[in-house]
Amino acid sequence: MPLELLKYGLRRGHKPFHDIPPTPDLRRSYDVVIIGGGGHGLAAAYYLSRYHGITNVAVLEKGYLAGGNTARNTTTVRSNYLTIPSIEFYREGVSLFENMSHELGFNVMFSQRGQLTLAHSDGAMRSFRLRAEMGKHAGTRIEVVDARGVQKICPHVNMDFGGQHEVLGGLWHADGGTARHDAVAWGYAKRAAENGVQIHQRTEVTGFGVSGDRVTEVRTNRGTIQAGQVLQAAGGMNGRIAEMAGIRLPIRCFPLQAMVTQPLKPFLDILLSSSDLHTYLVQSSRGEIVIGGGTDPYQLASTRSTLPQKEALATGALQLMPFLHNVKLLRQWAGITDITPDFSPIMGASPLQNYWLDAGWGTWGFKATGVAGKRMAETVATARVPDILRPFALDRFSRFELLNEMGATAAGH
Amino acid sequence: MKIMTCPVNGPRNISEFQWLGPVHDTAEATDADLLNRLFFAPNPMGVLREWWRHTPSNTVFIAERDLTTDEILRSYLKGSDADRTASPA
Ligand SMILES: Cc1cc2nc3c(=O)[nH]c(=O)nc-3n(C[C@H](O)[C@H](O)[C@H](O)COP(=O)(O)OP(=O)(O)OC[C@H]3O[C@@H](n4cnc5c(N)ncnc54)[C@H](O)[C@@H]3O)c2cc1C
Repeated sequence: MPLELLKYGLRRGHKPFHDIPPTPDLRRSYDVVIIGGGGHGLAAAYYLSRYHGITNVAVLEKGYLAGGNTARNTTTVRSNYLTIPSIEFYREGVSLFENMSHELGFNVMFSQRGQLTLAHSDGAMRSFRLRAEMGKHAGTRIEVVDARGVQKICPHVNMDFGGQHEVLGGLWHADGGTARHDAVAWGYAKRAAENGVQIHQRTEVTGFGVSGDRVTEVRTNRGTIQAGQVLQAAGGMNGRIAEMAGIRLPIRCFPLQAMVTQPLKPFLDILLSSSDLHTYLVQSSRGEIVIGGGTDPYQLASTRSTLPQKEALATGALQLMPFLHNVKLLRQWAGITDITPDFSPIMGASPLQNYWLDAGWGTWGFKATGVAGKRMAETVATARVPDILRPFALDRFSRFELLNEMGATAAGH
Repeated sequence: MKIMTCPVNGPRNISEFQWLGPVHDTAEATDADLLNRLFFAPNPMGVLREWWRHTPSNTVFIAERDLTTDEILRSYLKGSDADRTASPA
């Protein structure tokens, strides 16, 4: 490798290369049309082209590549959920991250440094015990630790003994980690494009032609195309896109805000979060402290930010680490998240025969980029929903078989 | 800070209010309606009629808000003239 690099460096006549080819003209028809060029859509395109021999695929992205929630998320990767179907699904998601850089030949900078969630109340401790037992049962690395255990794992935490937010203990999830979000999307995009997938940026889906129970055509701002199968992975706009196809989804839009500080020397080598303070912190490989929390308190389909939400995040961060008080904020932003009633995604079949859903990813879908892409590709290629996805079907709501992950997701993602 | 007008207390900081969700038509109640009400909440790219509460005074009222711009268009008490002339949610 080092020699190769040296040779490359000394070679004359370098040819410029594109990781992602420029947007081509639209073909008349594709075997599979994927709506949304975020991590999920790109991963599905990669798995279709690499493992199922389906290469006549178009990914339609209305903006620039992976500029939606994939670009905005705080990159928590974990599998410490509450219900067995979720834990099993997200566990597969984490395991794909463990091998993603090799799989793609693209460095996604996965750092499996463990996640510590703090409890500042008895209620939180109780729910941690339940989650730890469920997690162990389903084979993820998770345990409850007491206050001393918290101090050992993260000596920088303000324990606030005797104070209003005394740390009672925590949930230690050794499988938790973080990855470079853009690299994940670019890696999948680059390899999918090499396999023949067409990635169309600035191509907005504006409607569908439906005949009977099938989608026949997809309308875009650049023309109409025929589609054998359609996969919807449109992030915050999932409810809206489904509506265009005549499908109603149990989805509401909420903004989710986050921010980063100026870079600091590395000191925080775990992911730290608090379920009572609705705040979490992670230090990026650039040294910035990424700060996130719960969604805005009311429904909205906008990426505007608010001062009260930023102040709440800063308050939580200062409670956990008061020594950050002089640190400056560098950037802040928001994304539109597609929230479901049970804080679990909607994957699999839709009322239309050749239209597949990868939706309802809300505030928690980055960690599932690989597994959702892989399993949705399998679904589209075989026209059969694999067992691991079945509990996430749209019709779970009419069967009252919800997968309630609110407690394990709302503040931690 | 963003301002919400409480029909009783006038314009106040939005942090004094609690969002309670969309106003439902309570007339019909088939099984399908119930399912919709529980899980399939409206999510329009436009105006939504929704319940809000001014927390300090416990005033519950209705506001019309644009879900794409966050603009609050009107707010009024249930049963007021403004409510009677409002278009159904
Ligand atoms: C602030 C924030 C923090 C988060 N933190 C975490 C976290 O720590 N861990 C975690 O697991 N998850 C997290 N999430 C959630 C995560 O970002 C998303 O669930 C995930 O990125 C969804 O990926 P996606 O590819 O499905 O959607 P996106 O990346 O949003 O991609 C969807 C794409 O569809 C495109 N699109 C929309 N409409 C159309 C149209 N009409 N035609 C064509 N294209 C269209 C959009 O432009 C967009 O690029 C966070 C989200 C936010 C906003």
